[in-house]
Amino acid sequence: MSELSGWLAEFDEVDDLVEAAHRLVDAGHERVEAFTPFPVEALDSVLPPPRDRVTVWVLAGATVGALGGYALQVWTAVFDYPWLVGGKPMHSWPTFLPVSFELAVLLGSLAGFLGMLIGNGLPRLHHPMFAAKDFDLATRDRFFLYLPGQNEAREALAGLDPVHLHEVPGDDDAG
Amino acid sequence: MAEPQRDALIDTAFGYASLGERIAATVLSGSRTGWLLLLAGFTTLSLLFLYTIMLVFTVGVGVLGLNIPVAWGFPIVNVVWWLGIGHAGTLISAILVQLRQDWRNSVNRFAEAMTIFAAGIAGLFPVLHLGRPWFAYWLVPYPATMEIWPQWRSPLVWDFFAIATYITVSVLFWYTGLVPDLATMRDRAKPRWAKRIYGVLCLGWRGAHSHWRRFRTAYLVMAALATPLVVSVHSVIALDFATTIVPGYHSEMFPPYFVAGAIFSGFAMVLTITIPLRRWLRLEAVITTRHLDIMAKTMLAAGLVVVYAYLVEHFVIWYVGDEYERYMALNRILGPYACAWWGTMAINAGVTQLLWSKRIRTSPAILFCVAIVLNVGMWLERYLIVLSSPHRGYLPAAWDTESGTMIDWLMLLGSLGLFFALLTLLLRWIPAVSIYEVKELLHERREEG
Amino acid sequence: MTDTNEGKRRGELWRGTTTPRAPLAPPTDRRTFLKLAGWSALAGGAAACTPRSPEELVPYVDMPEHVVPGRPTYYATTLLREGYGYGAIVETREGRPIKIDGNPGHPATLGASDAVLQAELMQLYDPDRSRTPLHDGTPRSLDALAADLATLRERLLKSGGRGLRVLTPPVTSPTQAARLGALLDSFPEARWHQWHALARDAAITGSRIAFGRAVDITTRMDRADVIVQLDGDFLAEGPAHLAHAADFSSRRRPGPGMLRLWVMESTPGLAGAAADHTLVVPQPRVVRLALALAAELGLAVPAAEGLSPRERRWVAACARDLAEHRGRALVLAGDPQPPAVHALAHWLNAALDAPGRTLEWRDPALARPEPVIESLTALAEDMHRGEVDALVVIDGDPAYDAPADLRFAEGLERVSTVIHHGLYVDATARRADWHVPLAHDLESWGDARAFDGSVSLQQPLVEPLHASLPRLALPEMLMGRWPRSDREVVAAHWEARLGGESAEPWKAALRAGIVAGTASSSVDVVPRPSAIRDALAETPGNADAPAPVLQFRADPHVSDGRYASNAWLQELPRPLTKLTWDNALLISPAMAERMGIGDEEVLRVSTGQATIEAPAWVLPGMPDEALTIWLGHGRAIRSGGEGDSLADGVGVDAYPLRTTGALFARTGIDVEPVGRRYALAATQHHHRMEGREPVRRMTLAEVLDGRDHAPQGDEHPSLYPEPVPAPFDVDAPQWGMAVDLNACTGCMACTAACQAENNIPVVGKRQVRAGREMHWIRVDRYYEGDADAPRTLFQPVPCQHCENAPCEYVCPTGATQHDSEGLNVMVYNRCIGTRDCSQNCPYKVRRFNFVEYNYGAQEAELLSALRNPDVTVRSRGVMEKCTYCIQRISRARRQAKIEDRPIADGDVVTACQQACPTGAIVFGDVSDPESAVSRAKNHPLDYALLAELNTRPRTTYRARVRNPHPDLEENDSSGGDKAHG
Repeated sequence: MSELSGWLAEFDEVDDLVEAAHRLVDAGHERVEAFTPFPVEALDSVLPPPRDRVTVWVLAGATVGALGGYALQVWTAVFDYPWLVGGKPMHSWPTFLPVSFELAVLLGSLAGFLGMLIGNGLPRLHHPMFAAKDFDLATRDRFFLYLPGQNEAREALAGLDPVHLHEVPGDDDAG
Repeated sequence: MAEPQRDALIDTAFGYASLGERIAATVLSGSRTGWLLLLAGFTTLSLLFLYTIMLVFTVGVGVLGLNIPVAWGFPIVNVVWWLGIGHAGTLISAILVQLRQDWRNSVNRFAEAMTIFAAGIAGLFPVLHLGRPWFAYWLVPYPATMEIWPQWRSPLVWDFFAIATYITVSVLFWYTGLVPDLATMRDRAKPRWAKRIYGVLCLGWRGAHSHWRRFRTAYLVMAALATPLVVSVHSVIALDFATTIVPGYHSEMFPPYFVAGAIFSGFAMVLTITIPLRRWLRLEAVITTRHLDIMAKTMLAAGLVVVYAYLVEHFVIWYVGDEYERYMALNRILGPYACAWWGTMAINAGVTQLLWSKRIRTSPAILFCVAIVLNVGMWLERYLIVLSSPHRGYLPAAWDTESGTMIDWLMLLGSLGLFFALLTLLLRWIPAVSIYEVKELLHERREEG
Repeated sequence: MTDTNEGKRRGELWRGTTTPRAPLAPPTDRRTFLKLAGWSALAGGAAACTPRSPEELVPYVDMPEHVVPGRPTYYATTLLREGYGYGAIVETREGRPIKIDGNPGHPATLGASDAVLQAELMQLYDPDRSRTPLHDGTPRSLDALAADLATLRERLLKSGGRGLRVLTPPVTSPTQAARLGALLDSFPEARWHQWHALARDAAITGSRIAFGRAVDITTRMDRADVIVQLDGDFLAEGPAHLAHAADFSSRRRPGPGMLRLWVMESTPGLAGAAADHTLVVPQPRVVRLALALAAELGLAVPAAEGLSPRERRWVAACARDLAEHRGRALVLAGDPQPPAVHALAHWLNAALDAPGRTLEWRDPALARPEPVIESLTALAEDMHRGEVDALVVIDGDPAYDAPADLRFAEGLERVSTVIHHGLYVDATARRADWHVPLAHDLESWGDARAFDGSVSLQQPLVEPLHASLPRLALPEMLMGRWPRSDREVVAAHWEARLGGESAEPWKAALRAGIVAGTASSSVDVVPRPSAIRDALAETPGNADAPAPVLQFRADPHVSDGRYASNAWLQELPRPLTKLTWDNALLISPAMAERMGIGDEEVLRVSTGQATIEAPAWVLPGMPDEALTIWLGHGRAIRSGGEGDSLADGVGVDAYPLRTTGALFARTGIDVEPVGRRYALAATQHHHRMEGREPVRRMTLAEVLDGRDHAPQGDEHPSLYPEPVPAPFDVDAPQWGMAVDLNACTGCMACTAACQAENNIPVVGKRQVRAGREMHWIRVDRYYEGDADAPRTLFQPVPCQHCENAPCEYVCPTGATQHDSEGLNVMVYNRCIGTRDCSQNCPYKVRRFNFVEYNYGAQEAELLSALRNPDVTVRSRGVMEKCTYCIQRISRARRQAKIEDRPIADGDVVTACQQACPTGAIVFGDVSDPESAVSRAKNHPLDYALLAELNTRPRTTYRARVRNPHPDLEENDSSGGDKAHG
């Protein structure tokens, strides 16, 4: 077997997972990662939060949408090709608002989605983690804790009396 | 499995896996023949839709019932109606997720699918109603050889942006929520090709906790954006009418009134789909009568807002005392379109009241019928607004009436066919109910003990 | 679905000009056609046997060296109707006539026109016209015809022309009359008969009764203070109706001495609508009212029995008004009335000192004034007796429009040789041995007298489109003087008076379109009371007529049927009914209620001999116990092109009910509902103003009190500055229009002119029913007051060209926007057809191409030839509307630039303005305070339609002013109701 990137501990109850995660973090391990079939909010307080912020992406996108949209309308309707319509001024601002708003929402949502993907390093179809035994259960009804490293990681996880321990092959960084 | 007690949102007897199986099963196995028959029926109707579209493109909108003064007909009615239907989906998935209405988890998935299809079909009609549909793209601001840009003061341009944004965001939102479930499907699917496809679609989702965190934020923020969006979309649609000077169109209260109407008809459609669906897919355990009850209540609330809108509209007309508005209101009640008016009132103001009774709310069969009737009622309302207002405008000499042709009706029927055909297909290929969210729900219920 | 068929069907209607099957027929594929037409002024034509060379055609203004492509050339010519001449100016482009308007120098048109004059253009290009001679129905060449006629001539020469009969419409043309005279000279035994279904027999006989000789009346309404009309419609019927309209309206300007009009009528007409007091009675009853009127004025006439109190009051007031305006009064008798009434009218006029003041008694304009009914009866009897050997019918369809009791069609069977010379293969043509296509007036040389006797010349504007012969040809052939150009015939006739063709007088006459000093002289005659009294005594009307009465009237547009296949006229809404494409039994609301029927209910009307079934149309202002049906419908025409004739299945033929004894009204009929409905296509469905006052009304008294009935809309709060400062140069002229509702008679000439000028398509009955008619300017008609005797109001509504145009800001592509001259312009290319502009237009003046309405016209090259090259032809899916004739504006602008001067007031004349016989429409630059339109808009009675919407329309209206007689000022406010829409 080739060099391992780390170890997976498998649990079959959420509470055990949370408990185990606690102990690992208290034991001073930083690079702990949990894998669950559904979001477990209890873990938020245990595991360190991601450094990047999706909300920032959204804010940026929305702002660009709103300002860009308004600018586009003003430029086209007032400067590039003005014409007289219904006896209204060239820069009839109230009528420019709806489009600006819609564009803000559009770009905001797109930015949010992208932010999430980029932050999560997705899409990434091939990952060492998938090579680990039974990892497919992570999307089903089992909960996993991952600790990078060799034997010391194995011992640390073994001490949490998981249902199983699995090796994660391949290079490191399974984060 | 047995129907759980009435007020339960989910049967806690499930295990995570078995629950997942239960839902996923509907996709990967299940009765094939029934599904095929259904699909065949709906596809036939879709072909009808195609036929009418072909007529409109080759002969012209003249095949539809349109004239001067009533230059807007069925297509516009259908836009408003279909969009309204779409909105319920977004409401369920986006707004309720922020309100932490966890009952939504069991229904949001196809509610969202419904949104996308409804919005998509709604998006077709504005094009079909054009005199020269092949130039619809002129609403897009691009540096054209004509060196001319869209006319930004036109509510129709706002429409274009609103609907386009709405469809895009809905798809995005729906897909985001779908990613973890696609992962589940990947890990569950037996054939390699299926694994491959799901594997690609889920973008390699692994369910890491940090991923879940970003995922939750993104999902919530999108929901937060979708909320004003859904309100804005039907408001903009309402502005198509409100910004004109046509008595019966020109009404400041149209935006909120249209949004309420949208939610109203939208929930009616959700119920129309849910009730047969949960029975057919044997999902009674996941979509319980409690859900029906809650949706019915929402519908009742929205319905009451609509009724309130009717009252305000007529009060304002009487209070402002504009002779043209007054005539319009009276003419709706007594004129050539009286049937539409009385029908609308009988249904939207009358039938809705049935929903006060818990027995009706919780008995699927009756609720199903009520929902269908309410769908009709809301369509009638839009018919009334769109056609009856311009038919007697300012100059009596220019008055004329207008009603749909056979093609109009076929087109409406066909659009329904397409809608249901798409739903049927979808149910086959992706989970009808959000697996991970239901698991979460199950977990939370367990916590509560 | 229906519309797909509609498209196809129209296609068939129009599919016209693939090459005819006839040998030696003129090639009419498009290129050749255009070549012929295009160089008609240069090349000798191959089509007809009438060679021409360029200098024979004398342009109206200047003689072109050659046709300048793109520049219109105008020619003066004459169009015939009922034999009388209407002087016209015809605009040609590259040799194609594309627009007809009145000739300002001609007494019958005075520069104005009516719907029919406008539509003569469509008549010229009508694909249904016959295209080649037919012998027993099979196409033959003109040479074959000539040969056949030569043998006929031989035959006739032997017998001195025994049994030769020529049937023409009433003839005013000096040349034609002279040539027919010559024909009769060379065939002493031959006879010349005249017939026209609408000929004015009663007037002729009436004058014979009154004076012992035929006398014409010409009026000077501009000198009249009071006019009384005894039935008929002097604003719509008769050869002088355009002159009447001009004179009449010149005295209807609100102010002291405004003319007052009293009208008795048996069927609602334009005069009745314009009148201050209208009395509607069945046609036979008019006699006794006339008698009562005469009695009130102190004439010794038989006493009138059984007048209702209302009638008495009316007649008394009317008589007083006449008496008070002796010397400034005028009494007119209508064509439908019996001769005695005309005679009485002469007597009344004499008693009122009218002669020499408000009217002239003149020598008749007709070459042979005679009651044509007698002429035709004589012919029919001879035919039945088998005394007619050869019958030549020139420009007529007696088999269709002769009174039923003459059994004319049967008579034709007994004539050995029938030669029909007409525009269409009609009922007579199908029974004839020879059918000869008649050249249209715009294709022939000729001349004609106007109502006042003035002669105007007729010159061709285009080579004959088909293998046709001019009106003058057949007599020449019979006289063996063929081939000979009709130009030579006319020129020869005028040789003496105008000198040769090279002589200046001849050219001047052609150029001006009128031969100076040819008006017939007035005659000094005195009415003979005894004769008139006797005639009145014999006239049945004074006794109670058995009800109901069936009244025959000409269709306001299709006339006696000669325009039955004219698409423009068929689709042009009739002034009062607003019906298109069909005739109907007009019935009063009261009678309809009694019978328990409504619009479109089919009624069976039967006399002893004949029966017709026609749909009813409830028409406010119809007399009770009377039905009116239009003649001229249900005409059987075989299209010259492939496919059906446009006239097929349009309307019901009422001639079978018409007899020599009852030409305009017959009693003793049974009317019963059939229990079936027949769909009619009307363009207006609601007839009350609903208190919205789109037409502001007031009385003369109020005007004189200086009361202003036309307040402008108040300002509205706005987010924007009002009015918005124009971003363009403000030096540009600002176009605007003012419409005088007091002058408008509702005659529909404007709509027809607009259709001709702006290439407006014809959409067909089904589309009109669907509410999709395309006319850019519609004439709204409202009723006021009691439905059985309503007041009728007309309002022409073109695009209002609002400064704050609601249509503009809703258009997503900017396809409709404002230009620097204040026009609301449509950019067809940019229109994607959302129709939001129309939705948001409070005036509903926008029109939409719901399907391809030009499909049929594309099929028929002939119809593309009548297109105005300056105006875009709109395709399917785009919106269109009135442009204020932007092409004329730009022509004026170009001309002004060339001459380096600003556009002067009057340089731009819109098509509707040019056509209007009463000058109700004024157009011009509103930024110039001195312009006519500015002055019109400054009038206190000027108001904007729906001003309260703050649309700031550039089109404004002048309030309608009535001049009621103080004795009859009844107060009626209730809206005239017509129960649908």
